[in-house]
Amino acid sequence: MSFILTEEQALLAETARDFFGTQAPVSRMRAMRDAGARFDRDLWRVTADLGLAGVAIDEAHGGSAFGQVGVGATMEAAGTTLAATPLVGTAVIAPAILAAAGRADLLGAVATGEHLYAIAVDEGAHHAPGAITTRAEVAGGGWRLTGAKRFVPEGDVADVLIVAARAPGGISLFLVTPDAEGLTRTPLNALDSRAYADVAFDGTPAELIGGEGAGADLLEPALDAGRVALAAEMLGIAEAAFAMTLDYLKTRQQFGQLIGSFQALQHRAALMATDLQLTRSAVRAAAIALDARANDAAQLASLAKARAGASVHKVTNEAIQMHGGIGMTDASDVGLFLKRARVAEQQLGGHGFHLDRYATLGGF
Amino acid sequence: MADIDSFRAETRAWLEANAPASIRTPQPEGEVAWGGRRAEWANPESKLWLERMAAKGWTVPTWAPEYGGAGLGAAEAAVLAEELKRIGARPAHLNFGIWMLGPVLQKYGTEDQKRRFLPPIARGEIRWCQGYSEPGSGSDLASLRTSCVADGDHWVINGQKVWTSYADQADWMFCLVRTDAAAPKHEGISFILFDMDTRGVETRPIPLISGASPFCETFLTDVRVPIDQMVGAPGKGWEIAKALLAHERANISAEGFARGDGIGLIEAARHGAPGPGGRIGDPNLRLRVAEQAMAQQSFGLTLRHLQQERPPYQADALASMAKSAAAELNKARLELTVEALGVDGLGWDGPGFAPAGLQATRTMLRSKGNSIEGGTTEINLNVLAKRGLGLRDHQ
Repeated sequence: MSFILTEEQALLAETARDFFGTQAPVSRMRAMRDAGARFDRDLWRVTADLGLAGVAIDEAHGGSAFGQVGVGATMEAAGTTLAATPLVGTAVIAPAILAAAGRADLLGAVATGEHLYAIAVDEGAHHAPGAITTRAEVAGGGWRLTGAKRFVPEGDVADVLIVAARAPGGISLFLVTPDAEGLTRTPLNALDSRAYADVAFDGTPAELIGGEGAGADLLEPALDAGRVALAAEMLGIAEAAFAMTLDYLKTRQQFGQLIGSFQALQHRAALMATDLQLTRSAVRAAAIALDARANDAAQLASLAKARAGASVHKVTNEAIQMHGGIGMTDASDVGLFLKRARVAEQQLGGHGFHLDRYATLGGF
Repeated sequence: MADIDSFRAETRAWLEANAPASIRTPQPEGEVAWGGRRAEWANPESKLWLERMAAKGWTVPTWAPEYGGAGLGAAEAAVLAEELKRIGARPAHLNFGIWMLGPVLQKYGTEDQKRRFLPPIARGEIRWCQGYSEPGSGSDLASLRTSCVADGDHWVINGQKVWTSYADQADWMFCLVRTDAAAPKHEGISFILFDMDTRGVETRPIPLISGASPFCETFLTDVRVPIDQMVGAPGKGWEIAKALLAHERANISAEGFARGDGIGLIEAARHGAPGPGGRIGDPNLRLRVAEQAMAQQSFGLTLRHLQQERPPYQADALASMAKSAAAELNKARLELTVEALGVDGLGWDGPGFAPAGLQATRTMLRSKGNSIEGGTTEINLNVLAKRGLGLRDHQ
């Protein structure tokens, strides 16, 4: 397995770092929050204009075909500046579902940024793609959905929702437009200040994609693509929080000493650096495996999601502790990193979910 | 590319013709090819394999031919390693000379020393041991006190070394000594080589919490060593000592610690807590096994990753990172393995316990030393913090 980025991938990574660094620094996300907004449509516009909405879409449909490794480079860069983008749902999960469901005709509008997609799968407190109770029935010449989805990312700003529902033939996926009859969206004010909504359906008309009962098979690889994208974002968050903390250790003085000269802190910093290196490798390996459609791609996706979640959890906690009182203030960015991390850790499966899945896929 | 392809084809053909069948099977403990003057060959094909590989220069493929190597570049050496792995070949021999002494001798030795010592290392004719730690000098290795004074055309050594692995089986020792007791501690140290058969060298094995061990105490009493066996100038040994330690740590982390778990972690958990269809029956244990397996897999990925792409750390910081991570993972895995075995992991020896469980338990006990030997985890974290992360010393 080659871990090294190709010249094109390295260029993409540099472009993404430069773009998010200049166009979407943490201060932009903070300003959005302070303005009471939960979605930055202008940022999404320029992100799509740069081509990042089509990073995982093939060239025939207007994308740049960078695959999951390109997604990883983009998401890691977005994570380092907490850029509030809808990339995971719109640019990663939706294209994977649409392409596999034979709806490549819809990819062009994703690549241009014209259509924003929300992925509505979960219904309870925890990620559980197998536990879907939203019903899909044929009535009046078409499919109609009844049920409720919880904490849907971009749920109230998306142009199209992809909804998982239980049809007579099994779990199936549907396209739903937000203005459809019987659909209600309740915006949520979440920890990371991004756009989420609870979405309810009451006989809501929907368009079946990929065939009745095909939902689980369509979802699994697409959700894995999303999980590895989130893992890359969490890696970026952890790298940034760690870098910020390391800077602090090298500048803050107490007792006439740089606090980074205290061995108790040096060892904790060294352990974080080690943990981050393991996560960096796991995240890269998972992206490579997904692109290669390797047999162990699903297991590596769970590995990457769980490892990155555990790393960012630890690093953000240590970041606050090592910053001391200043780390507790809203004025410091440390808390913003922690808040986004806690949401990303849960999305598409928390630590326990992926430990269990890793074991099941490993046959134990 | 064509060159590397043809090298691969030639290598594959040569291995096909020259690798004896038995060396393509997993190596039992008793057949480790240590080489040396006292070599015992439980399997005659191991000896043949060493001789054939040494004749090709492939026991040390990247060393120059005049020093017993094959002068291969990194790409060719990688191909050779892959092809050896492909057929499941056992190492031609294991020798501290190859991965610890050899590299520093090439950098710091005189031409005469290189020609004298490197080819026998390559051929597995001399088994080396490492004389570093002393009873009063563990982590603070540079405080070592074994004295070395000039007497005509000889050096005379007096002192005691400890944790000398296989000192009782080794032919020669590379040893740290103090040639200047008055100099600052890092500046009075020298690096010297001597034959273990020299008068005044005595060794005594050290039993560990895990039972018998290869570790020894080595007593040095008026040991007379020819003057040309010092590597580097007197008082300049600390730099060599550190370079050798970096090779040691890099190798430990790359190769991992000796496994010998006896039983794999997942298998142990299935045995101790059987569930339906190969599933681990205890849900708490199952998730802890998964977490450990994830850490283990990530570490394996990191080792491959670091061969290709490195964070901007000093090489020794990276070696310290990998070594300490390997040690802590090994300890955690073995503890969990023994816990998973339940009372079947609580035997010391004798009937009533399966050999695999007994071995896992002994290896668990032995693994406690992984984070002590080759630099403690604490020392390695110091190195990583300072040389990797740029954190400063306390003023």
